[in-house]
Amino acid sequence: MDRTILIQLAYLIASVLFVVGIKMLGKTSTARQGNTYSALAMLIAVVVTLLDRNVLSYTEIFATIILASAVGLYVAKKVEMTQMPEMVALFNGFGGGASVLVATSEYWRMVHDADIVMPIVTGVGVVLSVFIGAVTLTGSLVAYGKLSGKVNGQAITFGGQHPLNAVLFLGIVILSVMVILDPNNDLYMMMLIGASLLLGILTVIPIGGADMPVVISLLNSYSGVAACFTGFILNNQVLIISGALVGASGIILTQIMCKAMNRSLVSVLLGGFGQTSGSSGVAGKSDIVVKEVGVEEAAMIFDSASSVIIVPGYGMAVAQAQHIVREFTDLLEKKNISVKFAIHPVAGRMPGHMNVLLAEANVSYDKLIEMDDINDEFSNTDVTLIIGANDVVNPAARTNPQSPIYGMPILNADKSRTVIVSKRSMGAGYAGIENELFGFPNCLMLFGDAKSTLTKVVSELKSV
Amino acid sequence: MSVETLIALLYVLVLASFVGFELIAKVPPTLHTPLMSGSNAISGITIVGALICAGPLPGSFPTSKILGIVALFLATLNVVGGYAVTDRMLQMFKKKK
Repeated sequence: MDRTILIQLAYLIASVLFVVGIKMLGKTSTARQGNTYSALAMLIAVVVTLLDRNVLSYTEIFATIILASAVGLYVAKKVEMTQMPEMVALFNGFGGGASVLVATSEYWRMVHDADIVMPIVTGVGVVLSVFIGAVTLTGSLVAYGKLSGKVNGQAITFGGQHPLNAVLFLGIVILSVMVILDPNNDLYMMMLIGASLLLGILTVIPIGGADMPVVISLLNSYSGVAACFTGFILNNQVLIISGALVGASGIILTQIMCKAMNRSLVSVLLGGFGQTSGSSGVAGKSDIVVKEVGVEEAAMIFDSASSVIIVPGYGMAVAQAQHIVREFTDLLEKKNISVKFAIHPVAGRMPGHMNVLLAEANVSYDKLIEMDDINDEFSNTDVTLIIGANDVVNPAARTNPQSPIYGMPILNADKSRTVIVSKRSMGAGYAGIENELFGFPNCLMLFGDAKSTLTKVVSELKSV
Repeated sequence: MSVETLIALLYVLVLASFVGFELIAKVPPTLHTPLMSGSNAISGITIVGALICAGPLPGSFPTSKILGIVALFLATLNVVGGYAVTDRMLQMFKKKK
């Protein structure tokens, strides 16, 4: 049989494995195997491409692959689960960067080969994958910087930001048309790359920390779309199929995140949330009088409870408190107290962030309950423990139409008999709004670093 | 590229997107982080493109080849790191009684 046909068939097998892999990733019991199938698909695609008769220089290729694999494996082994969001952002940026480079490389070859005239369709593919890939690259790097604390995580806004972005985007559209119509002028291409890289930076800097779940989902989608367009340049179906799968996955996650914050994608992308909310929210700062609770008293409250719900938030990740939370859970269960976790879809900095942290700490995943499934249970619960979460339990989202988070679906933590909030200080949540829950008669504040206070609660509980 | 090829590729794109939407809409929130990092690894499929670009013998179009090699490095990092970390995460998802 013709070698080309064999190659095409192998690509087909790889595509099927990608689809099956993604399908299996949707169930906890099969997810790990699904990921293996997907990796196998990738391996097939790589081996088959290497057998292609156009690939001749194996030395550099193998050296590069071995080096990059070693780095990749090292990073994947070393990374802390709390650092997952920034690592995904970083890898995502690399994917986008690879798309830009592949597109540019193909463009360069065609433009400088006198025998080839770059077809318009290829030109369209080149500009789209350069544009989307470059935005993914720099956008993801900025997101990485913000998530890892290397760059100010707050929303950075300045006057004329939106007009500037609009002008830049218009410039990119014009440059794209120029590249397609006059591919032989390298200058247009370079300006297109530069402008797209800049736009990636400018679109992510105004987006604040807690909007990050939306941003990384969206950038994830972009990296797939960029790969997809690269497939159009190279006339390669496996790139198109897997790129489309990733694109779809990112868009769905983006939608879920937006819905969980009751915000439109446009308002997230325009950024600057929480910067101007000083005048709204609960009237006056001093209205809220909180009741503090000490470690011993908190331990006693837990000890006399028969049901406890824990609401984890980003603060738990920051304090690295997931392991002590697990120990706490085990201890309560030993005392025949039922413990469940209520997971808000946007808790943390990426979709499913809390689930991964608690899985790392060995909490069984059937104890982690989604918002809609657990919200009715709060009213029958003795104690709700909130660890480092704030806006996702703010009753203002239900009651106060003036509040910037009004309408956002929240966990009904306030409905339980007692609420204990583990929090570092009285600082407002990311949205910059006060949480009236903290002043409720059934709410007690347990101030201090989540990890150290919980450790103390655990040792108190042991002695009760 | 002929119009026929383009249309065929567009068919592939549209159908694959539908499959993607159908499959991923069902993924439970517990698995959202592994899904994201796993799909992120899949987006490293550009590695195929990078291999094609890095493939030719040096000499003909050196710039294209260098760009291809750098792309290969980034894509491999994306693929290997992405799959490895996803596997590490999924290994932790256990159901205890």
